[in-house]
Amino acid sequence: MPVLEVCHIEKHFGSTRVLEDISLSLEQGQALAIIGSSGSGKTTLLRCLNFLETPDQGKILVNGKLLFDAADPATQLEGEIRQKRLHFGMVFQSFNLFPQYTALENVTLAGKLLARNRPGFQGNRHKIYQALEAQGRELLSRMGLADRENHYPHQLSGGQQQRVAIARALALKPDILCFDEPTSALDPELTSEVLKVIRSLAEQHTTMIIVTHEMAFARDVADQVAFMDQGVMVEQGEARQVIEHPVQERTRQFLSRYKDS
Amino acid sequence: MFLTVIGALNQGFLQTLKLFAVTLVGAVPLGLIIAFGSMNRFPPLRWLSRTLVWVIRGTPLMLQLIIIFFIPGKILDASPWPGGETGRFMASAVAFIINYACYFSEIYRGGIQGVPPGQQEAGMVLGMTRGQIFFHITLLQMIKRIVPPMSNEIITLVKDTSIARIISLQEVIWAGYAFLKSSHGYSGLMWPLFFTAVYYLAFNGALTLFFGWIEKRLSYFN
Repeated sequence: MPVLEVCHIEKHFGSTRVLEDISLSLEQGQALAIIGSSGSGKTTLLRCLNFLETPDQGKILVNGKLLFDAADPATQLEGEIRQKRLHFGMVFQSFNLFPQYTALENVTLAGKLLARNRPGFQGNRHKIYQALEAQGRELLSRMGLADRENHYPHQLSGGQQQRVAIARALALKPDILCFDEPTSALDPELTSEVLKVIRSLAEQHTTMIIVTHEMAFARDVADQVAFMDQGVMVEQGEARQVIEHPVQERTRQFLSRYKDS
Repeated sequence: MFLTVIGALNQGFLQTLKLFAVTLVGAVPLGLIIAFGSMNRFPPLRWLSRTLVWVIRGTPLMLQLIIIFFIPGKILDASPWPGGETGRFMASAVAFIINYACYFSEIYRGGIQGVPPGQQEAGMVLGMTRGQIFFHITLLQMIKRIVPPMSNEIITLVKDTSIARIISLQEVIWAGYAFLKSSHGYSGLMWPLFFTAVYYLAFNGALTLFFGWIEKRLSYFN
C-alpha cells in the first residue's frame, strides 16, 4: 500500500487553473522529485498536501486513510486539519525559521506545544521536555550543526538555517517530508551542503517529495521524477528514465534548457 | 511660596500620571481587540472596527472628551458621571482609552501584518493552533516591530493628558495655570505654568530610557 495517494487534485485561484487533475502515489521510503518551470503548480501541489491551500477537487490519502476529500466537508474541519498536517513535514524555500528562538528551540518548540495535550503531561513536564531536547540535539548533530544549537537564525548562514529547518520538520516524525525548492534561496556553495543532507535522508529511506530545479540531484537522489507544466502532470516515472529519456515532447524541451547551461 | 507651588503641581501631576496609567492599561488590550476586528475575516465586524477607527482618528480628542462628558447627561435625564473630580476623571479615562485604543490598533495591525506570512505557515505545518502561533511566534516579532511607533504614541499620550483640562480635570497644567488666576493665596504667578514643563520632560525622559532598554532587550533577534 502506498504511503501517499493523491487523486485527481484540481485547484483554481480565481479563474486561473493552477492544478489540473493531478494524481500521484508514493511508496514508503521513496523519494519523489517534482520538476518544472516556475508557475507550473509544483509549489501549490505541496501546499495542498500540507493543507496550506484547499484543493477544489480531489482526494488525499495517507497510509490508505482518507485525509481530504473536496466533496466531503467532514474531512475539512479545522481542528482535524491541524492533526492531519502532522502527516506531512514542510521545508520552505525561505526557511521560515522563528527568529526569536535558537536553533534548538526552533526544532523543539512544536513538539513541546503538542506534548501539552498528552495525558500525564503535568507530572512529567520536565522529563518530556528533556527527551524532546535530547531528540532535537540529535537531529541537529545529524545535520552537522551540533555546535550551533544556541545560535539564533540571524547568526547562521542560509545553508545552516535550511538544515535547522529540515531538523525542525523531522522532529515531528512526519510520514512524508516535503521540500519546496529548498536550495533556491542559496548560493551554489551553500546549496551543496543542503543537498548533501537531503541525499543522506534519501539513503536512510525517508519518504520525501522534493520540488527542485537541480536536475542532476533529482536524477541521482530521487526514485521517481514527475514533470509538471502549466498545472498538468506531464510525465512521471523512474528518475533516470524521465531525466535522461523523457517520453513527452514538453519534458524534452524543458530538460534541454538545463542541458545547455 | 516655592514649596506651596510645588506641592500643588505635584498634586496635579499625580492626576496626570493617573490618567496616563489608566489610559495605557485600558487602551493597550482594547487596541488589540480592535486590531483583530479590523483584520477579521467576517466583513461586518471588519467594517465596524474600521469605521470606529476612522471616526475616532478623524475627530479631535478634545471634541470626543466634551461629547463623552456632556452628551450622555443631555440625552438621559441625569449625567451618568459622578459629580466632581471623580466624574471628570472617569469621563476623561473613557475618552482617552477609546481614542488611544484606536491609534494603538493601527500600530498593532501594522506590526502583525509586518510579520512575514511564512512565519504563520511554518507554525501551521508544525500542527500549532492559531492561539499558539500568535502567542509563541507572532507576538514577540510584532512587539519588536511596534516598539518605536508605540513609544512615540505613548510619549504623545503623556502630553495629551493636558487636554482633559477642557472639562476641568485638575491635572498639572490646570494646577499651574491656577496660580496665574488665583490659587493657594497667590495670583498672577506666571512661572508655575512654565514650570510644569519640567514634569513632562523628566517623565518623558524616563519613558525614553525605558523604551530604549526594551529595544535593546529585543535586539537579540532580527
